Amino acid sequence: MTEATKYLSHLELGERDETFLDSNELIINMGPQHPATHGVLRVILKLDGEKVLGTECVIGYLHRGVEKIAENRTYPMFNPYVDRMDYVAAVSNGLGYCEAVEKLLNIQAPPRANYIRVILTELNRIASHQLWLGTHALDIGAITPLFYTFRDREEILKIFEKYCGARLTTHAFRIGGCLYETYEGFEREVKKFCDFVDPKIDEYEELLTTNRIWVERTKGVGVISAADCKALGVTGPVLRASGVKWDIRKALPYANYSEFDFEIPTRETGDTYDRYMVRMAEMRQSLRIIRQAVERIPEGPIMAKVPKVIKPPVGEIYHSIEAPKGELGYFIVSDGSTQPYRLRVRPPSFVNLQALDLMVRGQLVADVIAVIGTLDIVLGEVDR
Amino acid sequence: MVARFKRQYGSGIEALSYLGQNYMVVDRSLLPNLLMQLRDDEKFDYCVDVTAVHYPKREKQFDVVWILYSFAKNERVRVKTMIGEGESLPSAVSIWPTCNWLEREVFDMFGIKFEGHPDMKRILLPDGWNGHPLRKDYGIIQQDKEWVQINLGIESGQ
Repeated sequence: MTEATKYLSHLELGERDETFLDSNELIINMGPQHPATHGVLRVILKLDGEKVLGTECVIGYLHRGVEKIAENRTYPMFNPYVDRMDYVAAVSNGLGYCEAVEKLLNIQAPPRANYIRVILTELNRIASHQLWLGTHALDIGAITPLFYTFRDREEILKIFEKYCGARLTTHAFRIGGCLYETYEGFEREVKKFCDFVDPKIDEYEELLTTNRIWVERTKGVGVISAADCKALGVTGPVLRASGVKWDIRKALPYANYSEFDFEIPTRETGDTYDRYMVRMAEMRQSLRIIRQAVERIPEGPIMAKVPKVIKPPVGEIYHSIEAPKGELGYFIVSDGSTQPYRLRVRPPSFVNLQALDLMVRGQLVADVIAVIGTLDIVLGEVDR
Repeated sequence: MVARFKRQYGSGIEALSYLGQNYMVVDRSLLPNLLMQLRDDEKFDYCVDVTAVHYPKREKQFDVVWILYSFAKNERVRVKTMIGEGESLPSAVSIWPTCNWLEREVFDMFGIKFEGHPDMKRILLPDGWNGHPLRKDYGIIQQDKEWVQINLGIESGQ
């Protein structure tokens, strides 16, 4: 029996303090239906007044058994399912899955396909960070950034829609490359978008970076050290805001990221404000990558030679990519048939959410909202 | 690294590689000491993932896999061990705290218990659920009908 449920059952027995004011510990449920939990996350909070003594996350409300479904679908059939995990970064999910299966088949996507993949994935990273910024700021009480970021995110979704017909769950890539050739004027439109959104990111920063309320609500809130991040397996912007210069795009390059010139933004303190600064800098780095990719995109085929029936040889592979939220990995065991024998998704949100308890202990209850926002979790990926 | 382990542990360890990825198959009895050594001596300070694979026809039905990464060496390695139905494993939460939820998920999906885990209970499925869905003998549309009827008040979740 956990601390929280023990306390709850104690309350049910009717043994409570003489007067309500005497009782200084309080258990409350936040969620599962709560706008600031970004989905159906239930957090049991143990409070002493406004101070958080401990938390326990209850998850699984969105569990759809993605890994079980994978065992009953062929490799190409499972491809669209991965978009439904982290649905605000569907392109990244698809890239990780396609690359993992390609590795298992020992084939490589042609250069042009890799360029298209990088452009779309980085656009998706910007879209994901924009959505995060809008909702995170909204949680803390700033409504305006939401309108700004959603207005600009729309332009990215329009590019996706023109490219593959879908805006959110894109299914943009196929095993072996891309199915669709870019549309007429794709490069020009992406370039135009880069020039459009660059000053907009400055605008978001103008709204928040030196905003007194924003700084008060985020500085020193939810601090996590680099050592704790590593121990808890926390990756992505959260790890980098704690001072670890680690990004899979650089450490273990995939696609053709090694051809691009970009930096890994880091910060030192590891508080909510630093994570905000890291993500803002990441958006600019993504723009840098997109600009280079659009400039250099080669002509050529977009699909490698892939057998009609995909039957990887017996074996297993782990492949991971740097998704907007952290390390997204796929562990696939093949038994030589058309369906994966076992497919495991290593979700960044699930692992990062584990750090919530450590980050909010001793802080105020209002900071729990700020920390959930700053972890940038998507419950579709936490629960799978 | 493996040579050193082999000298220390003898035959209980086997190093393999597939498509450029290294993994080792180790005897259950070497755990958790081997994992501890991997963290302390070999600097595998980040446990990426813990998961399992079910082979119902084998005598030792489960493969449990740890995926480890070393920031210092920029290197990944997988550790694999085989256990049978009803056997448990030592928990690695004291080695990598991240194993807490990951081991709970393995328990939830496969029914493999980890000894010494601080809070060994289901994580994604509800506490009273019957069955472990990622086992091969669990059907794709199978569900705990009783749980669904009692708790959701509907005939079937399908």
